[in-house]
Amino acid sequence: MRRLIGHELRLALRHPADSAAALLFFIIAGTLFPFALGPGPTTLAAIAAGVVWVCALLAALLPLDRLFGADFEDGTLDLLLLSGLPAYGVAFAKTAAHWLTTGLPLLLISAPLAIMLRMPASHLALLFITLLPGTMLLSLIGSLAAAITLGARRAAVLMPLITLPLMIPTLIFGASAVTSPHPAAALYMLAAMLLFALPLAPLAAGAALRAAAE
Amino acid sequence: MLRDVGFRLAPSGVLILRGPNGTGKSTLLRALAGLTPLAAGTLLWAGANALADLAEHAARIAWLGHLDAVKPALTAAEHVPVAALAAVGLERYADLPARLLSAGQKRRLAIARVAASERLLWLLDEPTTGLDTTSIMQFTALCEAHRQAGGMIIASTHTPLELSNTETLNL
Repeated sequence: MRRLIGHELRLALRHPADSAAALLFFIIAGTLFPFALGPGPTTLAAIAAGVVWVCALLAALLPLDRLFGADFEDGTLDLLLLSGLPAYGVAFAKTAAHWLTTGLPLLLISAPLAIMLRMPASHLALLFITLLPGTMLLSLIGSLAAAITLGARRAAVLMPLITLPLMIPTLIFGASAVTSPHPAAALYMLAAMLLFALPLAPLAAGAALRAAAE
Repeated sequence: MLRDVGFRLAPSGVLILRGPNGTGKSTLLRALAGLTPLAAGTLLWAGANALADLAEHAARIAWLGHLDAVKPALTAAEHVPVAALAAVGLERYADLPARLLSAGQKRRLAIARVAASERLLWLLDEPTTGLDTTSIMQFTALCEAHRQAGGMIIASTHTPLELSNTETLNL
């Protein structure tokens, strides 16, 4: 499993453009809001948390259709399923690689974007704390959707249509916790959802991978 | 898709699957690997149901599909240990990204991965596609070495392989 994650990270390093594209999309999409709404500090501060959250979700979706797609097309998926690792292990390793190459960089770069959107400095810590499970949940649910749509004709369109509705609860709790005076309840909810998705999403994604390989 | 298929393979045995395109040679190989579930019938390994534990079954198999599963961005040596590259004549290209290799060289890389796998049963789908005569001879030598060590091979192929004592299954 660790070898597979390492292998995926090495592939991502050879193709830094994929991860960089998600980061650039995140920054550019976030930058559009001040242009559309005007640079008024109170307006921007009010929407900053929501904007960062939504842009992070959309940006993390970008590399997902290649997550299993490339392996499916070049025959690597068969080898992965025959590597002796159970299918859910393969799905979990790929999910972890997606988070490390997309979710984690987005998390780190969210602070400068939030500051640019006039988010009060006191909210930054909470933004980090909520985006951490938030990006993980997106990787888990996103890879599940990527596995389900694998081999489908409009996979790149279908995948976000499955992922984004499932991310709504995470978005509600995550974005509201950043500005809420009592964030604890929402944070517990995020943690609960993460604990729920952590074993179940790779299990389902693994079954979908097996079905796609038939 | 396939009906009434039956065979038995002893250690060091080689089974060649023959038949026109579309008769299910690849499907049978995928079923033997546990990738495609069997609609009916059983696959026994040393008398026990081989497909009961797919991960355990996978650990017996080296798979060469019709696709090479070669990543263009990784070098040949990152796909296969350097020691195994010599057997397919690729040692000179060890540090070359695989995207610079020709179709035949990629096939040889995939064959080297099978040979380096140390798995007991090789499942090969048209293994010699795109190979030149020298490479086919190298491939045959690898197959013989695998048999000497007690390994088994099931291969679908249109071009006859120069292996002795092979069994043929016509589909």
